[in-house]
Amino acid sequence: MVTGEDKMKIAVLSGKGGTGKTFISVNLTFVAGNSNYIDCDVEEPNGHLYFKPKILKKEKIYEKIPQVDKERCNGCRKCVEFCKFNALAYIKDNVFVFEDICHSCGGCSLICPEKAILEKDKEIGEVQEGVFKDSKIYTGILNTGEETGVSIIKKLLTNANNKSYTFIDCPPGSSCSVMESIKDADYCILVAEPTLFGVHNFNMVYNLVKLFDKPFGAVLNKCLDGENPAEEFCNEKKIKILCKIPFEHELGKVNSNAEIASVKNEKYHNLFSSLLKTIQEEAGK
Amino acid sequence: MPIIIYNSLLAYVINMEEIMKIAIPVDDGNVCVSFGRTPYFMLYDTDNNESRFINNSAANSQGGAGIKAAQIIVDNNADVLITPRCGQNAAEVLIAANVKIYKALNNSIEENLTEFKNDKLSILTEIHAGFHGDRGR
Repeated sequence: MVTGEDKMKIAVLSGKGGTGKTFISVNLTFVAGNSNYIDCDVEEPNGHLYFKPKILKKEKIYEKIPQVDKERCNGCRKCVEFCKFNALAYIKDNVFVFEDICHSCGGCSLICPEKAILEKDKEIGEVQEGVFKDSKIYTGILNTGEETGVSIIKKLLTNANNKSYTFIDCPPGSSCSVMESIKDADYCILVAEPTLFGVHNFNMVYNLVKLFDKPFGAVLNKCLDGENPAEEFCNEKKIKILCKIPFEHELGKVNSNAEIASVKNEKYHNLFSSLLKTIQEEAGK
Repeated sequence: MPIIIYNSLLAYVINMEEIMKIAIPVDDGNVCVSFGRTPYFMLYDTDNNESRFINNSAANSQGGAGIKAAQIIVDNNADVLITPRCGQNAAEVLIAANVKIYKALNNSIEENLTEFKNDKLSILTEIHAGFHGDRGR
């Protein structure tokens, strides 16, 4: 048994998609063993492709959507004025609900003086729990066309316990879903690639983790010989570089075959073991 | 005699003799390209040929600007909207309120009004899905 003190939640984020978040979190999960891997990239979860976990449990996730009781509604329009997302309109004595715009905050239902707004469930996706060796693999899946997966991420992260390590594979970007994913993280790994576009988005997640006051370090992925804008950025901002991963044909091939690099090649196993050790040291500071 | 205009999306019964209130999204004296995020709406009354301008409080909405802008049009009792384009959600509100949506010919307010009165404007049939982007979630 591990005590609460020993448990560590590590979020992996990058800003730009395709930088290597899943690659790094999957391999860290593998070398750490007996861990939780949580795929918070609910719009396109792909960590499960590497682990091919045995699915133990599936749970549907619902959000609340307002439903107006026409008998009770007196047309005061307080709900329409209240909704900051403009998900409600009042036309010809009827409240119109735009479900796709609604953020399920429940405010309209709370403020309705006539108690005319009830809430109904709307399925937005599911959470899958699976196993890979002694690790737990959690995958969040947002239904196509749904606006936000924040409630799925919230549900996913309730599983971030019982293991020494939890690796949180974040969605790309720096919006609400990423904030939700890193909220309770003890340490953040920022993955960078050596492109100007990559650095632009890396800067956004850098500002985000600073805003959240999280300890963090950078992994420079896809490193080539020659100049590396991401490395220059890290040096300029005095960001700790945890490790550099080379841009290699073999890695590309292993990844595109949905294989775990640390399983296929001792070299990568060593690289990720050493990265994990560095993170432990850094987080312990 | 009323003129009945049919197309795949809508059928309007227009009687040009009727008194009508026409709304147009405007920006610096011209028809604004955006409906939901136009800074102002012009409301033109065919009864007395007078126009007045109202602020579009939906313009700075984070999301759902089209819905709110459509609500403003409806609340100001417009019968007709002349606009270069219109999103799906806004159109849903406008259609529910029987506001007829016409496609603006160009960016001249005057020409669009004249052409509307001459029954030369066509119904807006291309309702776009919206420019919703990420909405910062």
